[in-house]
Amino acid sequence: IHFVLSISRQGKVRLTKWYSPYSQKERSKVIRELSGMILTRGPKLCNFVEWRGFKVVYKRYAGLYFCMCINQEDNELEILEIIQYFVETLNRYFGNVCELDLIFHFHKTYYILDEILIAGELQESSQNTVHRLIDAQDSLVEAAKEEENTVSYIIAQVAN
Amino acid sequence: MNPFSSETRLRDMIRAIRACKTAAEERAVVRKECASIRAAVSDNDNDYRHRNLAKLMFIHMLGYPTHFGQMECLKLIAAPGFPEKRIGYLGLMLLLDERQEVLMLVTNSLKQDLNHTNQYIVGLALCALGNISSAEMARDLAPEVERLLQFRDPNVRKKAALCSIRIIKKVPDLAENFVNPVASLLKEKHHGVLLTAIQLCADLCTVSEEALEYFRKKCTEGLVKVLKDAVNSPYAPEYDISGIADPFLQIKLLRILRILGHGDADASDLMNDVLAQVATKTESNKNAGNAILYECVETIMSIEDSGGLRVLAINILGRFLSNRDNNIRYVALNMLMRAISVDGQAVQRHRATIVECVKDSDASIRKRALELVYLLVNETNVKPLTKELIDYLEVSDQDFKGDLTAKICSIVEKLSPEKIWYIDRMLKVLCEAGNYVKDEVWHGLIVVITNATNLHGYTVRSLYRAIQTSGDQEAVVRVAVWCIGEYGDLLVNNTGMLDLEEPITVTENDAVDVIEAAIKRHTSDLSTRAMCLIALLKLSSRFPSCSQRIKDIVNQSKGSLLLELQQRSIEFDSIIEKHQNLRSALVERMPVLDEATYSGRRAGSLPAVDSTSQGNPLQMPNGIPKTAAAPLLDLLDLSADEPAPQSSSGPNFLQDLLGGDILSTASQSGTTHPQKSGTDVLLDLLSTGSPPAQNGSSTADILSISQDNNKTSVSALNSLSSPMVTSTQNSSASAIMDLLDGFGPSPAVPKDNGPAYPSLVAFESNSLSLVFNFSKQPGSPQITEIEATFTNKSSDNYKDFIFQAAVPKFLQLHLEPASGNTLPASGNGSITQKLRVTNNQHGKKSIIMRIRISYKSNNKDMLEEGQISNIPRDL
Repeated sequence: IHFVLSISRQGKVRLTKWYSPYSQKERSKVIRELSGMILTRGPKLCNFVEWRGFKVVYKRYAGLYFCMCINQEDNELEILEIIQYFVETLNRYFGNVCELDLIFHFHKTYYILDEILIAGELQESSQNTVHRLIDAQDSLVEAAKEEENTVSYIIAQVAN
Repeated sequence: MNPFSSETRLRDMIRAIRACKTAAEERAVVRKECASIRAAVSDNDNDYRHRNLAKLMFIHMLGYPTHFGQMECLKLIAAPGFPEKRIGYLGLMLLLDERQEVLMLVTNSLKQDLNHTNQYIVGLALCALGNISSAEMARDLAPEVERLLQFRDPNVRKKAALCSIRIIKKVPDLAENFVNPVASLLKEKHHGVLLTAIQLCADLCTVSEEALEYFRKKCTEGLVKVLKDAVNSPYAPEYDISGIADPFLQIKLLRILRILGHGDADASDLMNDVLAQVATKTESNKNAGNAILYECVETIMSIEDSGGLRVLAINILGRFLSNRDNNIRYVALNMLMRAISVDGQAVQRHRATIVECVKDSDASIRKRALELVYLLVNETNVKPLTKELIDYLEVSDQDFKGDLTAKICSIVEKLSPEKIWYIDRMLKVLCEAGNYVKDEVWHGLIVVITNATNLHGYTVRSLYRAIQTSGDQEAVVRVAVWCIGEYGDLLVNNTGMLDLEEPITVTENDAVDVIEAAIKRHTSDLSTRAMCLIALLKLSSRFPSCSQRIKDIVNQSKGSLLLELQQRSIEFDSIIEKHQNLRSALVERMPVLDEATYSGRRAGSLPAVDSTSQGNPLQMPNGIPKTAAAPLLDLLDLSADEPAPQSSSGPNFLQDLLGGDILSTASQSGTTHPQKSGTDVLLDLLSTGSPPAQNGSSTADILSISQDNNKTSVSALNSLSSPMVTSTQNSSASAIMDLLDGFGPSPAVPKDNGPAYPSLVAFESNSLSLVFNFSKQPGSPQITEIEATFTNKSSDNYKDFIFQAAVPKFLQLHLEPASGNTLPASGNGSITQKLRVTNNQHGKKSIIMRIRISYKSNNKDMLEEGQISNIPRDL
């Protein structure tokens, strides 16, 4: 997988992850080209578009398109399944995920993606494992925050 | 604390940005945020660093520049706590890519984190390394990653495995270090580890042949077993996707088996059973199952032959193809394309369905199907398939027509069984979609038309009809205008009527009407109008009765603002007006264009380079453009008529032209034997350059050059293929002679057998002398081979020595490159140069030539000239 994109129906970018090097300029060009191609496609058509010698597999969930770019010889159906898997994982994490969740908690979306894909390859096929890992890391962050709060609380008290 | 620093929270900023009504408002909000973040950066504010970075990432996603935040990532990564590191690494992956130098600074932090005691921090570092590592980082950190492949927690092992993929992609020579650890990972039970290890294994196999051999021997059996277990496993809720146990793992397993089985019968044998099991047992009513079947078919197609499995695979594809789901049909077409090389017959069976797919409403499917049809076409089915495609052309989408016409034209060109069919189909395509075809298409059509001598009349009449109905298609107009210009008389006289034609009555005025309409059509572009003017000029001679009318039409363009048109119309007008006597000769029918050259040129679109002149003292005759675009025939035409002031123009032109072709074909086919393909091209050129009725045309001229001077062209070849010549002069020469044998009148006889002639001091001055040695090939008395030897009589070395010669019209001269351009003083060495002279009036006139020798002596330019007329008549 060369990159993962998530674009809203209005063409707003909600998530970008690049596994192959693209400069900033190329990135925005790619996004522009692809949103032009994908957003205009009808609902019944197949989920693949050919683009610059690559294939882009996309799937629409409500107002949001998830796209992944792969090589010609890769398995498109598998990628479709990976997109589904990613979205299901998000759904389980946020509880009935909606576009707003992905906007306000975009960093969490990325964390989840990072547990599923590394270097453009799939790393885990069990949703449970992904959740366990994300939860463990979230609780590490929570613990650190609490600790910080108590310390700063103490300092503040001392200062007063 | 800084008063500007980050008083808003991330959530509030996102809200503020989303509340913006206009882009300008949004920019203002972002600018304000960026300003406060910059202030915080320069204050080195620690408290809100991670919040600022999160904001920056959001701003980055909106497409604003955020380079000033890059260092913040590094600071966060270097912080001790997990939350800071987590956001820091995320920022690193989002804001940077592998090409930024800042990245080098993070190597050390990464190294520390890879050795951290907290496994989640190790995980973060691995993830970042896997996603953005550069080659240097990969090299530096490979040992750490390698060690982590044996980490106690499987979640770290799987991350390390994917990270290794990135490393060996960046630095392939590190691959061997990973082979052994991967082999042990492949034995694990944990799906994540297995999944990633298989992918790493696949990548290792692609970068290293040894790794492939190793895995093939050691792991094939194990992997087959894993797949067998996966296929037969009972319901496992954790990995279940629509009733299938871990489709991802199965797909990866099938893929690695494909790599291991490809080209190896033993390994393929091992996996036959399990593949059959997958192919028959997998449910195909859900996407996950189809994904597995798709992968399985591909594996069956690429491993070593097993007839039964192939049948199974083709059946699966047939089922896919008739599926209602577009995705499934798309992948079926995709797969059939690969299957065509394995089992073309089986794919042909689905032809009807595939042709239907060309007409699908989905652009992706249409495109795939069209490519597949293109591969399916052969001599037997070309007619019905082309008909089908052309019929569809009428109703297809506008934006699909370009692709479709390109493919149709290419099919027609490649497989056309006869010329009349070719012309008919192409006319049909042009009529339907003449505005979508590329220029090469109608250029090619014209070449074919000129070659189909017996169809000229038929073609021009068909075009006349076509332009009445499809006058809005630019390409139709151009071809029609060209043909009416050339063959207008055949149009009017109904010459060369074929049985199937319906007679039509066209008057001379009708024909001129067509051209007039075309030149006046407001959509006609410059080149169409220019073509119209030429056609008019030609018609003015063919139809004398319309001459005045044509002159009036031509005159209308005199005021054109386009220089090209204005110039043409003024010049043509004066030809019509003042040069009646010249006109008919001037506008003779175009000579037949050479198909082989045309296609050769088109195949290698490189410009013809004159690098083959090899330091010859050769100058192009005056006024002849040396552009590659100039038609071959023009060049030859000129060179044949030229009185050869600069010697050797004919053969050298030939050489140049051939040189161009050789270069292009050689670079095109990527062959390492350019000389070989070069001779092939020559053969093509010469053999096809002998059309039947060719009196007085310039093609005949060029042909006669090469026929008369069989040796001349051989020598041209020799000098072209110099790498070959240096090694085996004789054999190569005779090989080429063999090639040329087909048309050359002279047999290939070793030249030693020729009679001996006395040598001759051709030229002598105070400073140098020139001696000619003669030899002749038996059987071609008109050709004389001269070896010129120059000797320096002065006490100074001569530099930049150049010898030039000119001959009268009845002679043709070819100069080969000289042996050097420095002539040592006082006869301490010599320069030799070979000349070949063809005497068209052999026996009547003797060879004479004017020579000019220029050189530098003591850095002074010297020039010596003279005439050689003492050559005996029998030479």
